[in-house]
Amino acid sequence: MALLRFTRDHEWVRLDGDLAVVGITDYAQSQLGDVVYVELPEIGRRVEKGKEAAVVESVKAASEVYAPVAGEVAEVNDALAADPAKVNADPMGEGWFLKLRLADPKELDGLLDEAAYQQFVEEQP
Amino acid sequence: MRYLPLTANDRAEMLAAIGVDSIDALFDDVPEAARLAGPVDLPRAMGEIEVERLVSRMAARNVAAGSVPFFIGGGIYRHHLPAAVDHLIQRGEFLTSYTPYQPEISQGTLQCLFEFQTQVALLTGMEVANASLYDGATACAEAVMMANRVTGRRRAILSGGLHPHYREVCGTYARFVGFEVSAEEPLSGEDLPGLVDRDTSCVVVQNPDFFGEVRDYSGLAHICHDAGALLVVVVTEILSLGAILPPGEMGADIVVAEGQSLGNALNFGGPHVGLFATRDKFVRQMPGRLVGQTLDADGRRGWVLTLSTREQHIRRERATSNICTNSGLCALAFTMHLALLGEAGLTRLARLNHAAAVSLAERLEQLPGISLLNRTFFNEFAVRLPRCAAEIVEMLAGKGVLAGVPVSRFYPENDTLADLLLVAATELTTPEDIDRLEAGLREVLS
Repeated sequence: MALLRFTRDHEWVRLDGDLAVVGITDYAQSQLGDVVYVELPEIGRRVEKGKEAAVVESVKAASEVYAPVAGEVAEVNDALAADPAKVNADPMGEGWFLKLRLADPKELDGLLDEAAYQQFVEEQP
Repeated sequence: MRYLPLTANDRAEMLAAIGVDSIDALFDDVPEAARLAGPVDLPRAMGEIEVERLVSRMAARNVAAGSVPFFIGGGIYRHHLPAAVDHLIQRGEFLTSYTPYQPEISQGTLQCLFEFQTQVALLTGMEVANASLYDGATACAEAVMMANRVTGRRRAILSGGLHPHYREVCGTYARFVGFEVSAEEPLSGEDLPGLVDRDTSCVVVQNPDFFGEVRDYSGLAHICHDAGALLVVVVTEILSLGAILPPGEMGADIVVAEGQSLGNALNFGGPHVGLFATRDKFVRQMPGRLVGQTLDADGRRGWVLTLSTREQHIRRERATSNICTNSGLCALAFTMHLALLGEAGLTRLARLNHAAAVSLAERLEQLPGISLLNRTFFNEFAVRLPRCAAEIVEMLAGKGVLAGVPVSRFYPENDTLADLLLVAATELTTPEDIDRLEAGLREVLS
């Protein structure tokens, strides 16, 4: 089972070989409502941990998606351009946003595991 | 709240409440030297009849545009406004409309703005247009900032053929937003393709340019695109698009324009209406309000503001623009006028303008010492006079002819432009007007 971690900003990150796949959580998509557009970064861009990596736009709001860990953008999910609703339908699967080449894999250790994230979500008002 | 003056009693009560003796005591903190010693020397109050008499006398000193032969252009053009335009926009439902803040309740306004967007997109040859910006100059600065966002670069190249006011507005935005503009000098034989490099976010050109020259920017568009830059085309005389190739067909990425010529009077230089059009792929980086057509819950056609997540009320400081309004009523007038003209009427009106300018140019060229600067033009061109154009314009104004705009008004420090005069003709220019200008010029030049 691949390593899966979460942030308090409701992003998930899953280790896939030497890449980290990033997306937003089921809770995040349910709060946003119907996603209508996703703005993805350019391949090769370096993103810092906690800084904006993408923008997700729903019928209600536009929100920044922050990089859970630092790294270089290796791949983005081009399929979201044509079908942004994948983010609602399958946020942890086909609705992924981007893949990062990790700058420092140890950064993953500082993030929440699934149980801790579930507890964090349950504490949300 | 009542809008009545305070009584002496009201004042006394208020002074007592804050514990001072007099209103003057409130100014004690202002140093004596900075205070006025006595009342300002103003004329005594006048009665209504006196005021009307005084203001009428002052107004009579104006040379109103419609009262004399008028050849002034330079970015704002005098055209005939059909009476129906004024009648329609003064209907209560429209006249009170500002930019829609509670938009969906004003379906009529939204439908008109939707039509407006469609007209602008068709005229400019682009795929999408917004519901208008303030005017051509601010639309131009917005286009540069949009090009910066799209390309991730921060340096714009402005052609010397761009209207100098537009150039100044871009410069102001650049200084305070923090990007770079490099502006070419007018009539300097600029080599725009040679200036485009990998740091260039956009090249801004105007068509017809400030001196009236009509150009084809297709080649420049290719060079911009090869370098990853955008081509921004500015149009200050929107009516020209009834006769010449629209910028969209030349490969422009953003087209901005002043829409005043359709539906709007000279208005002392404003309010006017800024047009902004671009390619579909850039729509999310576009500034301004955008009206979309949709269906309601019962399947009926309706209009809504769309893609609002670009805008300030949702996106805050990360919005595409800090302008979250439009020129609603001026845009409406534009739409009414263009709808009344129709496509054939627009083309005919454009041809009338060009024909008037051609006969004007032919007459002026025959005058000794006057030469035409342009190889091509629409309804405005530049002539070189044998001496200072500003002086000649003043002399002709004294004879009741408004001869045009001396270029030196915009470039007072550039001596090589001092004898240049911009002259415009429209459908309102009569053969008699041209006779008067010709006779006046003969007189002052002899």
